[in-house]
Amino acid sequence: MMIDHPLLGLRDAQEFTYLGDASLIDRPDWQAEDAQDAFHDYLYLRDNPAGAHRELWFHETGDRSWLVVTRNTLTHEITKVELARDVARARGRSK
Amino acid sequence: MAYSGLRIIKEALSGHRGWKPAWRDPEPKAHYDIVIVGGGGHGLATAYYLASRYQTARVAVLEKGWIGGGNVGRNTTIVRSNYLLDGNQAFYNLSLRMWEDLEQDLNYNAMVSQRGILNLVHTDAQRDAARRRGNAMILAGDDAELLDTDGVRALYPFLNFENARFPIKGGLLHRRGGTVRHDAVAWGYARGADRRGVDIIQNCEVTGFKVENGTCLGVETTRGFIGAGKVGVAVAGSSSRVMQMAGLRLPIESHVLQAFVSEGLKPVIPGVITYGAGHFYCSQSDKGGLVFGGDIDMYNTYAQRGNLPVVEDVLESGISLIPALGRVRLLRSWGGIMDMSMDGSPFIDRTPIDGLYFNGGWCYGGFKATPASGLCFAHLMATDTPHEVAQAYRLDRFRSGHMIDEKGQGAQPNLH
Repeated sequence: MMIDHPLLGLRDAQEFTYLGDASLIDRPDWQAEDAQDAFHDYLYLRDNPAGAHRELWFHETGDRSWLVVTRNTLTHEITKVELARDVARARGRSK
Repeated sequence: MAYSGLRIIKEALSGHRGWKPAWRDPEPKAHYDIVIVGGGGHGLATAYYLASRYQTARVAVLEKGWIGGGNVGRNTTIVRSNYLLDGNQAFYNLSLRMWEDLEQDLNYNAMVSQRGILNLVHTDAQRDAARRRGNAMILAGDDAELLDTDGVRALYPFLNFENARFPIKGGLLHRRGGTVRHDAVAWGYARGADRRGVDIIQNCEVTGFKVENGTCLGVETTRGFIGAGKVGVAVAGSSSRVMQMAGLRLPIESHVLQAFVSEGLKPVIPGVITYGAGHFYCSQSDKGGLVFGGDIDMYNTYAQRGNLPVVEDVLESGISLIPALGRVRLLRSWGGIMDMSMDGSPFIDRTPIDGLYFNGGWCYGGFKATPASGLCFAHLMATDTPHEVAQAYRLDRFRSGHMIDEKGQGAQPNLH
């Protein structure tokens, strides 16, 4: 697989480490009433879809940026690559 | 029709005209007491034990394709009971004992071969860990033997003992472990279940569950609605996809594990060898091919094929352990889809929906568990209480903190 890094262009997937579903960006509020349930679901449950999957890849042997890659889990086709930083900021996370 | 040596002679003398199909091809009925979704090893074993041990009448196994076409036909055929943790030991101990009696029980030649599994160690720390695991195995009623370098050399003189970075310091030998002919396991269970009245319905894909007031009443399939008193799902690899139709999210990711087989060779590797310094294991099939594999590809996928970096990694590990592999030609490689659970351990449990039961999350170790998994799942569905050796395999164990992290690596699929 080749990942089209937004800053560096096409890079071999071997340079990356995989983390998992991009929903891991959305860390629950630890002060909420239902925090215990929310953290259980956040940590352990997954949609695990067959088809388009948004997922986190870390460019470990490259520029060490986190990417959100949209990839088809049936064909391995990659349709979109974003910087995770941009995704998180667009959702109002971080400063 | 029981199989026997006498029967073979009789058939040979009469032109082999008396053999009958090993199982029927029935039309689905409108209602069953128990419907098993998934005609793989675990599903067929469950049906077999429901019919043979729990006297359940009217059982059906629904299979999307053909039986044994999934992971039971795509694995590297190893069976073993070398576990360390309480939740696992009794279960795999039972499973290995069931493998030992399997062929007599099923009246089917599954080529169970207890050829021994050797886990190599390369450092003092690994030797300590192997000794601890070996002692735990012996306490649990399994067998283990710690070998020094000479002991390993006597068994496998061709290994790379003097590797500068990973010299072989010994190994933990599990003599009762070995291999089983994987397809024959599916076929043997199918034949045994069919002979006891189980309907095995192939080319019948489940497309939905009928749930009313929190109770599962049956399944929608490509061959119409089939009512059921209880429904058991054993579709490891596709668990999330199937259970999602019942509205459940699981602590599972689907990953691909690649496996490889070489051209046929004369007998060279008598048992199973696992490398302690890389993820690589190897055995020789009865046809002569070296069967080996390594790590999962580490990303979510439902494609039954992997990528080249893992192929390269497995072959590098293999050649660093067995330099002679460099002269062997690879015949084929393939990938199987694994239910990777969050702690590397499986589930055999009820679900929040009454009458719906779940068996899955086997990671890359489902094959060796087939007999015990079938028995425990049958026990759970027939009696509504978990089998005593499978009590730890609960779906809600992450909520209560009772994970079974056999490798001690943390709660995330890409760590196992």
